[in-house]
Amino acid sequence: MVTQTKQEESLNDEWEPKILAFLCNWCSYAGADLAGVSRIQYPPTIRVVRVPCSGRVNPYFIIKSLMDGWDGVVVSGCHPGDCHYLTGNLVARRRFAILKELLEFFGIEPGRVNFMWASAAEGERFANLIKKATKIVKKLGPNKKFEKKW
Amino acid sequence: MVILMGIETENREIENSMRKTARTLLKEKKVDVIIGYTNGTVPLSSAPIMITKEEDVEKLIWNNLCYVNLANYLVPRIPQLIDPEEGDLKVGIVSKGCVGRALIHLSVEKQINLENIKMIGIPCNGIINRKRIEKEIGEKEILEVFTSGNDIVVKGKDFEQNFSFEEYINELCKVCKVKSPPVFAELAETCTGECQEISSIDNNFEDLMEFESKTTEVKWDYIKDTLETCTRCYACREACPMCYCNLCFVDQNKPIWFEKTTDISDIIAFHLVRAMHLAGRCVACGACSSVCPMGIDLNFITRKLEKIVKERFNFTSGIDPKRMPPMMDFSLDDAEEFMLEED
Repeated sequence: MVTQTKQEESLNDEWEPKILAFLCNWCSYAGADLAGVSRIQYPPTIRVVRVPCSGRVNPYFIIKSLMDGWDGVVVSGCHPGDCHYLTGNLVARRRFAILKELLEFFGIEPGRVNFMWASAAEGERFANLIKKATKIVKKLGPNKKFEKKW
Repeated sequence: MVILMGIETENREIENSMRKTARTLLKEKKVDVIIGYTNGTVPLSSAPIMITKEEDVEKLIWNNLCYVNLANYLVPRIPQLIDPEEGDLKVGIVSKGCVGRALIHLSVEKQINLENIKMIGIPCNGIINRKRIEKEIGEKEILEVFTSGNDIVVKGKDFEQNFSFEEYINELCKVCKVKSPPVFAELAETCTGECQEISSIDNNFEDLMEFESKTTEVKWDYIKDTLETCTRCYACREACPMCYCNLCFVDQNKPIWFEKTTDISDIIAFHLVRAMHLAGRCVACGACSSVCPMGIDLNFITRKLEKIVKERFNFTSGIDPKRMPPMMDFSLDDAEEFMLEED
């Protein structure tokens, strides 16, 4: 995975970030599907990992992705209250809140890790949010903080 | 208690009343064993001790080097090792404020049963930062450490140095509001000795403000410089009363979450995830910093955790035995200002 995601050391406009997206099976994955079926354009920067619920996303996943060289991470789930498993995203939300603040405290750009809600019917919203996340990560440039020295 | 009589007399008083309570508890057979502090095998340290006999009470000590969190000795790492016949052991435990908080939090997490525990509450007067003293002494060998008046006196072969207690006290102890263990009406039986009633702690976290206002790059450089010397010996984990997982995430090898190198990225990942695990659970005892062989100040991370849970969830760990810790709980109307939204 490391070699695949290693970015060229160029910060010019052609550089496109690589973002790992954890999408919940019930809402966001279907939302991404809808965006595709409806032919809504969004940047091809994300690589999707389908997870059963946003509550499945362990903070390890996110930190590990950053260590493996991904420029950004996106986690998307159902809107609060709409979770297929009733409360999975509420549990996840507390975790994300703390992780985001901790990343900022540790001096890792919090913009690299983005959390969003997108339902199965919100193809357009999903596309817009991915556009926004891509813009944020692109501005931050390649993720080099976790590069190993040896 | 106002510091008028000096640290030395204060320590003596705490020690005497602690021994008295311990002796009564053992005499009345209210406890089978007492966990407390005793002199360390080397100067500038302390060691935990377990006593079962009344005549051993004199071995219990209190000084400003009792940095270990004794609650750590109550939580078995491997449950299979506990003898079911010994399971009902009544334990007396010398509790400064943070040990009391740890015990209450562990009982909330159902790790211990407070009914089997008697806290011997002591009004802690602060722990000194021994790493700072060690650093200043340098290579010279320390042979003797004692308190005199308001000073800590460190003696060696051909030197003697005084350290002002007020200056060398732990940063965490300076802002500590829970000096003696918290007590509640429903748990009144648990606490003997000095305990205090606490409903909430006011903290303004001023000490963090300066660091938080810095830019990301400055923060990263600071974190990198601070943690760079970490050898990943996991002494912080071993000393922490809240780190009781049977298999720690760093010891797991299927899958290997984080590699076992001392590369800065692995070190930071370890401390980041450890901080994640302690969110809403850390009781701010400062044991992790005190035991660090490299003298890394981990308290500023745990202090940040305290701040996050206080501001976000209005929660302070180890204060209320009835309230669920934030990471074990959820609510539909949690703040979500950090979520990505459409423009």
